[in-house]
Amino acid sequence: MPNHTPFMKPYEEEVKSFSWEISKKELGYKDGDIINIGEFCSDRICRMGKSDKLALIWEGFSGEEKRYTFNDLRQLTNSIAKFLRDDLGIKPGDRVCLFMDKVPELYIGFLGVLKMGAIVQPLFSAFGPESLLTRLQDATTTAIFTQKKHLPKVRNILGELPSLKHIIVVDDDGAKPLREHEVAFNMDNVERVDKFDVYPSTAETPSVLHYTSGTTGKPKGAQHVHNSLISQYITAKYVLDIHDDDIYWCTADPGWVTGTSYGIIGAWSNGATQCVMDAGFKAETWYKFIEKHKITVWYSAPTAIRALMKEGTEVVKKFNLSSLRHLASVGEPLNAEAVIWSQEAFGMMFHDTFWQTETGCIVVSNYPGMKIKPGSMGKPFPGIEATVVDLKTFVPIERKGIVGMIALKPGWPSMIRTYWNNEVTYKTKFQNGWYLCGDRASIDEEGYFWFVGRDDDVINTGGHLVGPFEIESALLEHPAVAESAAIGKPDPINMEVVKAFITLKPGYNQDKMLELEIMNFVRKKLSALAMPQEIEFVDSLPKTRSGKIMRRVLRAKEWGEEIGDISTLENDM
Amino acid sequence: MAESVKDVVLEYVKNEYLEEGDDREVTYDTPIISGGIVDSFSMVSLKVFLETKYKISIPDAKASPEAFDSVNNIVVLLKEFGIE
Repeated sequence: MPNHTPFMKPYEEEVKSFSWEISKKELGYKDGDIINIGEFCSDRICRMGKSDKLALIWEGFSGEEKRYTFNDLRQLTNSIAKFLRDDLGIKPGDRVCLFMDKVPELYIGFLGVLKMGAIVQPLFSAFGPESLLTRLQDATTTAIFTQKKHLPKVRNILGELPSLKHIIVVDDDGAKPLREHEVAFNMDNVERVDKFDVYPSTAETPSVLHYTSGTTGKPKGAQHVHNSLISQYITAKYVLDIHDDDIYWCTADPGWVTGTSYGIIGAWSNGATQCVMDAGFKAETWYKFIEKHKITVWYSAPTAIRALMKEGTEVVKKFNLSSLRHLASVGEPLNAEAVIWSQEAFGMMFHDTFWQTETGCIVVSNYPGMKIKPGSMGKPFPGIEATVVDLKTFVPIERKGIVGMIALKPGWPSMIRTYWNNEVTYKTKFQNGWYLCGDRASIDEEGYFWFVGRDDDVINTGGHLVGPFEIESALLEHPAVAESAAIGKPDPINMEVVKAFITLKPGYNQDKMLELEIMNFVRKKLSALAMPQEIEFVDSLPKTRSGKIMRRVLRAKEWGEEIGDISTLENDM
Repeated sequence: MAESVKDVVLEYVKNEYLEEGDDREVTYDTPIISGGIVDSFSMVSLKVFLETKYKISIPDAKASPEAFDSVNNIVVLLKEFGIE
């Protein structure tokens, strides 16, 4: 049996001895050196003698399979980097968007963009044209990789994107002619490039731009740098406990930060073989995938775990899942029932991990070998100083069990460096010397963190943050809608789903057909995540005397909570 | 002649959930949920469509990804509500 003693020492011992220098040393990096994530995840692994090791096993929804070794990864990332730099004239620092399903080109393209020094901007392929437009406009993106099926969405908004010069189609079959600005790039047939002068990025060179939603305004581009590798490598190794012989599956989509930090960088900087399935959710399909590829380390999300839980343990028994040895979860708090169920279903517990787009890496977690308290977020990662602070004074709360806002001492390697074009908002995230996560929690006597909820109106649905402002703006574009408010309502699978409250313009009557029409309107404009799962037509919305809609009043009613201070309420509900 | 239930559902799925450039063939048996054509969030809108179109109420317990995974599966589900 291979030795799978956890890489991380017992927690208290690790906290005393840990330093980010350990990660740098293992990566062979010294301050001031060139550090390029694309190179560290491909060429470096080959230099370690793992050229022939499988890097990616990919499976499509109809069962087709593709396999890539680390040498394939090295050569193909070179090919992509060369194509961007030499054929298209993309410059270091330009923004290159990846707008694709979970196809191999997404994973390999990510590293290819980084290798030539551009900033990679992954976007969730289910985004509608408006969500896409907002993010491409803000980043003044120069090039976008996409698939035929998503091409119409890009074409529809191209006229509003003067910066977008190149649309790269990865699966063009020549059946329909491409238009101006469009170019085919078929990775399977591309000439392999063996040698490429990787862009000499250093620690603070921008690398990844991930868009995240806030309560107000447009989505913000969280800008990361190549130095993030230092955090992502060591947290993947210590928290996900990825060993050389592991087969790893991260179920997250690289349109979101988990899919890049741990679905690409964390996995491949550790030289791990990882599996990707590009298909919708179905319990049997997932279990079959684990059985077929003998997956050992599985990083998933509470929404998926609860959906599996709903299917029961009988279906689990139909499959041989004995290869599994470590399970972890991220996205929203993992409830105690799901942790206990995973012990019953798989013979081991899911380890909850907490982090954000802005943190770039896991910051609070349950670790291999550590006692798990079901429902707890765990403890801060060694090297991360975390606490909860008073919501008004931002001073750390000393008393145990008191709820405050989760705060981190700035300075860990993968912390965002700014919000793109939005330094003002970035600065508001720091108070009294702490980075504020925007989530509330308490800490118990043993130092375990317990999640309470968001400190703002952002909706966490299925582990994805959706901004109410974006949804409300889209709703107002529907001809029948006079006013709108969007909140998260409780949901047993997704934690929260979007609920919209709407007042109608004169001449429109509320009925099911209108509700469906509005739902589909938002889905096509933004995404399915943003689509209200329920619409309540109301005569008026609660507002302050200054006319601002009080979402928290609607939310409190929906969650059965105390409404709190409503002295500024303009009208009775 | 009135369109059959399975054709109504198939047309709705193709028109509403397939993107303009998506040339995948969708038949009565195509897995639409596990095949990624309709995601779990969009499934709610498909349920509302069926409820509105056929004036029925489908309990959440019956609206499982399995029951919605193909047009044929949906037809079987609708039969439970007397829709044929």
